Amino acid sequence: MPITNMILQLATGLLTSVNIFFLTLLFTFPFGLLVALVRMSKNPFASNIARIYISIMRGTPLMLQLLIVYFGPYYVFGWSLRNYPPFVAVIIAFVLNYSAYFAEIYRGGIASIPIGQYEAATVLGYSKQQTFFKIILPQVIKRIVPPITNEIITLVKDTSLAQVISVMEMFTIAKQIANAQSSMVALVVAGVFYYVFNFVVAVVMEQIEKKLDYYR
Amino acid sequence: MPVLEIKNLHKTFDQNEILKGIDLTVDKGEVVSIIGPSGSGKSTLLRCATLLETMTKGSMKYSDTQVVTEGSDGFSVYLPPKELTHVKAMFGLVFQNFNLFPHYSVLKNIIDAPISVQKRNKDEVIAEARQLLAKMGLADRENFYPYQLSGGQQQRVSIARALINNPQILFFDEPTSALDPELTGEILKVIRELAAMRMTMVIVTHEIEFAKNVSDRVIFMADGVIVEQGSPQQVIQNPQQERTRTFLANLNKK
Repeated sequence: MPITNMILQLATGLLTSVNIFFLTLLFTFPFGLLVALVRMSKNPFASNIARIYISIMRGTPLMLQLLIVYFGPYYVFGWSLRNYPPFVAVIIAFVLNYSAYFAEIYRGGIASIPIGQYEAATVLGYSKQQTFFKIILPQVIKRIVPPITNEIITLVKDTSLAQVISVMEMFTIAKQIANAQSSMVALVVAGVFYYVFNFVVAVVMEQIEKKLDYYR
Repeated sequence: MPVLEIKNLHKTFDQNEILKGIDLTVDKGEVVSIIGPSGSGKSTLLRCATLLETMTKGSMKYSDTQVVTEGSDGFSVYLPPKELTHVKAMFGLVFQNFNLFPHYSVLKNIIDAPISVQKRNKDEVIAEARQLLAKMGLADRENFYPYQLSGGQQQRVSIARALINNPQILFFDEPTSALDPELTGEILKVIRELAAMRMTMVIVTHEIEFAKNVSDRVIFMADGVIVEQGSPQQVIQNPQQERTRTFLANLNKK
């Protein structure tokens, strides 16, 4: 197989990896925030549910969660997998898993905002929602960019776990080519792709951090 | 007519009664200073008046608006939240730690609440905010962010923010306590100017000398009650109560 052909195949896989990446982030940002708010709610029942959820998601391997999300419906309910693309299972599992980590990061960020910010907003008449979305959340976002960057970089590499349910992302394809050719070249090229992907992520996140540097 | 009328205010945290029946009436144009040792309840009183704390018992009235009534069981009953939003435009509060919003410019700190909460006309609010900033000597700072200002400048912005809705009464919670000593003067000067314009004000302060100069009335609080009140000459120069004398004597020792 000529090297250009191989790179083309890997690039197709990379596209799937990128899709997993962006779709996961798209749902994880709001869902993670929701989990954080439930976790911080004054209702002990709701708060404990969120706590248990986070504990399970962080305490078990993402690979195992992927298998359960994909095969669970079949083994538990006997549902057919025909209309259930593995790609969908990947997104569900990733969002569920990453939301747990994001929730804890949000929670730390929210807890770090001084109480005086809430008091000033209350005295000025802001509603609870206005206070949260206009005053608190923007400050939270600035504070959580560094830990979120960590998570996002891990996510890029975790997309390779989708291979366990045969989603044709870059790592799956790289392994297939490597097996067929009895050569490591495809794996090395995939490694370079992951690195470049993460390099771009790091640069973008640094830009965001700089953009938020207009206040302290 | 009084601007603020608080009657029989009790505030209990868990089992602790912090305020034990406070009556406070503030007339239009009056400047009232509240002094007293820490833990006396003076900050809690201010927080109840500004709706940051919920009073346990008692009633409160701003001008014509009965904000809190005493229910038949003696416990306080508040107006519904929507009406409380309007009440919040009737007073302003200046915090010890300024509590400006760090992600908003100076101008936005002042204009955002009137526009997005009180739904006032944007151009009008901006024009008023600029006038206030000019009065505070900060006309050239409207696009600055709080971190770029000194503590005294930040506190002046927060005074402008408290004034933007033309409140009938302004509360200060130890407005100079977080400032370096050389910066307290500029804040006290602003408050003096407001007093000269007959702004109704209630000031919780440790600056006894300032309280003496600026106030029409001084209230001395201790252990959740008003121990003594009257003109500054009466309370500070010639206190009648032993508790007040001890407090003032301790201050002078420092």
